[in-house]
Amino acid sequence: MLRATLKSLLARKLRLILSGLAVVLGVMFVSGAFVLTDTLGRSFDAVFAEGTSEIDVNVAAKPKVALSEVQGEQVAAPLPAATVDRVKQVPGVTDAVGVVAADGALLVGSNGKVVTSFGPPQLGENWVGESDLLRLREGRAPQADDEIAVNAALAKAGRVAVGDRVGVETVFGSQEKFTLVGIVGYSGDRESIGGLNEVFFTTPVAQKLMLGQPDTFSSITVTAADGVTPEALRDDVAAALGDSFQVKTGEELAADSAASLKEGLAFFNRILLGFAAVALLVGTFLILNTFSIIVAQRTRELALMRAIGASGRQVIGSVVLEAVVVGLIASVLGLAAGIGIGALLAWLFGNLAGGLTLAGIAVPPAAVIGAFAVGLLITVVAALLPALRAARIPPIAAMQDVATPDRPLTKVTVAGGIVTAIGGTLLFLGLSGNARGNTLPTILAGVLFAFIGVALLTPLISRPVVSLLGAVFAWSVPGKLGRLNSGRNPRRTAITAAALMVGIALVTGVTVILDSAKGSIGKLAQDSIKAELVIAGVQSGPRPPSFDPAVLEKAAALPGVQLVDGEYGDLAVVGGEQTWVGASSDVSALRRIFSAEATAGDIDRLAPDQMLVSSDTAEARGLSVGSTVPVQLSRGEPRTYTVSGIYASSELTNPMVLPVEATKDFAVPKPIQGFLQLAPGTRVADVQPQVEALLADSPTVSVADREAFIEQQTGQLDGLLTMIQILLALAIVIAVLGVVNTLALSVLERTRELGLLRAIGLRRSQTMRMITVEAVVISVFGALLGLAVGTGLGAAVVEALRDEGITDLVLPWGQMGIMLGLAALVGVVAAVLPAIRAARINVLGAIAHD
Amino acid sequence: MMGLPRRTSGGGADETDDEGEDVTATVGPQAQAAARANDVWKVYGSGEAQVMALRGVTAEFERGRFTAIMGPSGSGKSTLMHCLAGLDSVTRGTVAIGDTTVTGLGDAGLTKLRRDKVGFIFQQFNLLPTLTAKENILLPLSIAGRKPDPAWYDTVIATVGLQDRLGHRPAQLSGGQQQRVACARALVSRPDVIFADEPTGNLDSRSGAEVLNFLRTSVREYGQTIVMVTHDPTAAAYADRVVFLADGQIVSELIEPTAETVLDTMKKLDTPAEVGS
Repeated sequence: MLRATLKSLLARKLRLILSGLAVVLGVMFVSGAFVLTDTLGRSFDAVFAEGTSEIDVNVAAKPKVALSEVQGEQVAAPLPAATVDRVKQVPGVTDAVGVVAADGALLVGSNGKVVTSFGPPQLGENWVGESDLLRLREGRAPQADDEIAVNAALAKAGRVAVGDRVGVETVFGSQEKFTLVGIVGYSGDRESIGGLNEVFFTTPVAQKLMLGQPDTFSSITVTAADGVTPEALRDDVAAALGDSFQVKTGEELAADSAASLKEGLAFFNRILLGFAAVALLVGTFLILNTFSIIVAQRTRELALMRAIGASGRQVIGSVVLEAVVVGLIASVLGLAAGIGIGALLAWLFGNLAGGLTLAGIAVPPAAVIGAFAVGLLITVVAALLPALRAARIPPIAAMQDVATPDRPLTKVTVAGGIVTAIGGTLLFLGLSGNARGNTLPTILAGVLFAFIGVALLTPLISRPVVSLLGAVFAWSVPGKLGRLNSGRNPRRTAITAAALMVGIALVTGVTVILDSAKGSIGKLAQDSIKAELVIAGVQSGPRPPSFDPAVLEKAAALPGVQLVDGEYGDLAVVGGEQTWVGASSDVSALRRIFSAEATAGDIDRLAPDQMLVSSDTAEARGLSVGSTVPVQLSRGEPRTYTVSGIYASSELTNPMVLPVEATKDFAVPKPIQGFLQLAPGTRVADVQPQVEALLADSPTVSVADREAFIEQQTGQLDGLLTMIQILLALAIVIAVLGVVNTLALSVLERTRELGLLRAIGLRRSQTMRMITVEAVVISVFGALLGLAVGTGLGAAVVEALRDEGITDLVLPWGQMGIMLGLAALVGVVAAVLPAIRAARINVLGAIAHD
Repeated sequence: MMGLPRRTSGGGADETDDEGEDVTATVGPQAQAAARANDVWKVYGSGEAQVMALRGVTAEFERGRFTAIMGPSGSGKSTLMHCLAGLDSVTRGTVAIGDTTVTGLGDAGLTKLRRDKVGFIFQQFNLLPTLTAKENILLPLSIAGRKPDPAWYDTVIATVGLQDRLGHRPAQLSGGQQQRVACARALVSRPDVIFADEPTGNLDSRSGAEVLNFLRTSVREYGQTIVMVTHDPTAAAYADRVVFLADGQIVSELIEPTAETVLDTMKKLDTPAEVGS
């Protein structure tokens, strides 16, 4: 029995490879995700371990607002310089050095553009001397206040050399000119550690520009005396300093820093696993179909097995065994491909991030276990239904041509209805926020159930829709035959179409959601921002681009400019909760530009100890005019503000607005957006160049008219959309394999019939056209289903997000049309090989074919 | 070539002459029947579309004998065989193979029956195209998880004359060779009874004669019981006994038939007026 199974498997290897390919791709994503995150994780570990290798103990103040890597940039609170002396007096300390290191030192390259790192921090630091790790390659250390040194990778990227006057934009300063006096490199002849860029100032300059306060440090690096372990020293220092400091050994510091980056990686991992799930879902349909067809084709063979004594269980076993073999092979191939993809992505990531030295590719157990669990499980589960069907083949079928009767679709349809209803309910629960903290899993389960439910309903829908679609081709005999063929086996047509449906539905759904978001935001901005010019930049790292606040005053003085509002923002802790807070250079301008209306108090002015809150925030937190609110910003001590006014909430307003005086404690103490309202009759084109001139020293932002600004802001969604579409396109590619597979099997199954048609005069070209029509009908049907389901899902999500400001449902008609056209094209392409095969059928042989 | 010598086997049948020419030869005392049908009715469909395929058939098929079931198309001969073999259920009556009552067996029981007591030879040969001749022959044993008896296996292979062809796949064999593989497959597990459904229907007369000779040899020399459905009088003449069916009833019977006597009986059956024995 085993041998018979394996032999029959070998005889159909091509077909099984085709269906196994879907599993290979899914497994590839799974194992690739694990390999990538493992490799990058260990690389980060290595980088941080190296960066802290010379630190015995590190002392830092506790951050005011604790953030993860995903949420944004962690701002360390500065330490008073006197702490260094306190640390020095702890017994066992040989040396303690105050270090300034903060993200946000942007070097302006020789081309006038800011050098960006695409991720890793761009640190501004004080020069504390060379070490085993860090060596001057050229020039000398910065000694005067207008001198800097940078790392070699940064100098190379900015095309600057020792002796050049270069601009650096810092956290607290606008762009200032410095003389580049030194270029540093790292041990092992490296130009950067993990893509990190470093700009070294003299200590007072670093304190002023990066921390905003003289005589402060970000942290203190402590060296232990001989014979004192870092752990013992850590405890001694912590005891001496008290509770308000974080004292860690170098190793702990490295582990903690890496952990926060790894959190970001875990997020990335989940995205990749999500795409793996999509590929596998589509693959399940494909395998189910292939095995169903194989079982149908082998009816006689399986009946023979039964007639000569095989039990039903043995037949199930033989089909499942085939699935296990296919699943195993697919898992092995998928694992290999996944390791390759993971390594490639890690390498790309390492290079993009500016030379992250990879810690070597290894295959974590999770990748192997995941690959085999997923590959085997999916294949076997998908083959189970066909296997059960195979066991029901009566042995008598070996003796006679048992016409497989059209089994009624009632059961499938009822099951489909139930599953769809479950999916709909789950979606509703998830989207309406009634899932009690399980929103995402509930929505995902809902989508999964909806897909399976619709797939089960598809056979029922397929009859009328396919015959309608086919009517387009019914003018010719081959077209008519093709149309009839595609309606012949509704289950098979349905599953093939359903596989295509999943991919197209997901692309359509995501497009509907993002287009709606884009449309809603654009419309809102268009309607409610009464500013003709906007100063803003495109964010490419954790820090938003910002500009010198002096630009605001200068812009306000330009002829024709009526109102100027500079917007600041920070993540703060307010009443124990993290929240985004804004600040405005001129709340009165803010009110008029954003058409804000006061619901209580005065929102036209703000004293340094007052704040404004939105009506939603006031309601949620139970605030009214006169309430006092404790606020902890990224820096500084907690302060209490008194609510002086409440404004009506809109999607564009911040939850709360602090006075401009508070912005010195923001992580980014400079305005990140500026809105300019022009006097009536002023031409935008007259003012824009003058504002541009003002921004000469703020290279990360630019001034644009309102339309361009909206385009710039919503354009970020386009990038996201494209990325998602490319990954989901994979699901569609797998589905195309499914169409090829189904057609190839249909052709094989109908060898006799095709021979007969040819014998009575159907030409080769007509045969090919017949097959092509069948393929096009199936794929267009799948695309239509996908568009319908995707639009439904997208619309449901948009409806659920109405409160979040997505008010307009935007249907991407153009894109939907393109997808339909592509589906037809896919049908034609998928038909090529099967059609050629059909046309080559030997007429005589086919009729004699048993 | 199937020029095997014919000897009397230890079975129940007396020696008979070649090609069944001696119609009057006596049949010896019978052991217990290998297969039995007792008042078997088989009705397909209901109402207007009702078809009575079998109407109260009672028959015994003796151990170690070669019995042919004949009858015109639609007479119910195939249905009778399917019911006897447990492939199809009966509407009324009972069927037994050896001491096993087939009627009322569940799927597991029927599977065991097919595995241990019944062999099949089909009109369409029905070999697995992916397996070699040898693997096809041994398939029933390997499904049942049994080892072949090497001596018996060699005997069977020698009898069907396939020694040189064992490594070939069905596609590389002629029709006659394929059917001999199918015969060997049925024989190798020594079933209580082999049911053959038009085994020569797809063969030319020479290949057909080879297969029939082989079937008869296996009955006479090795005591195998064979029940064969056919509509070919020449094929039926190889049997020890022919049972004639018409309209779902047994209408006639011949012992030690020849092609001529079978043909005569068939002609009588085709003329309804003369039916009614």
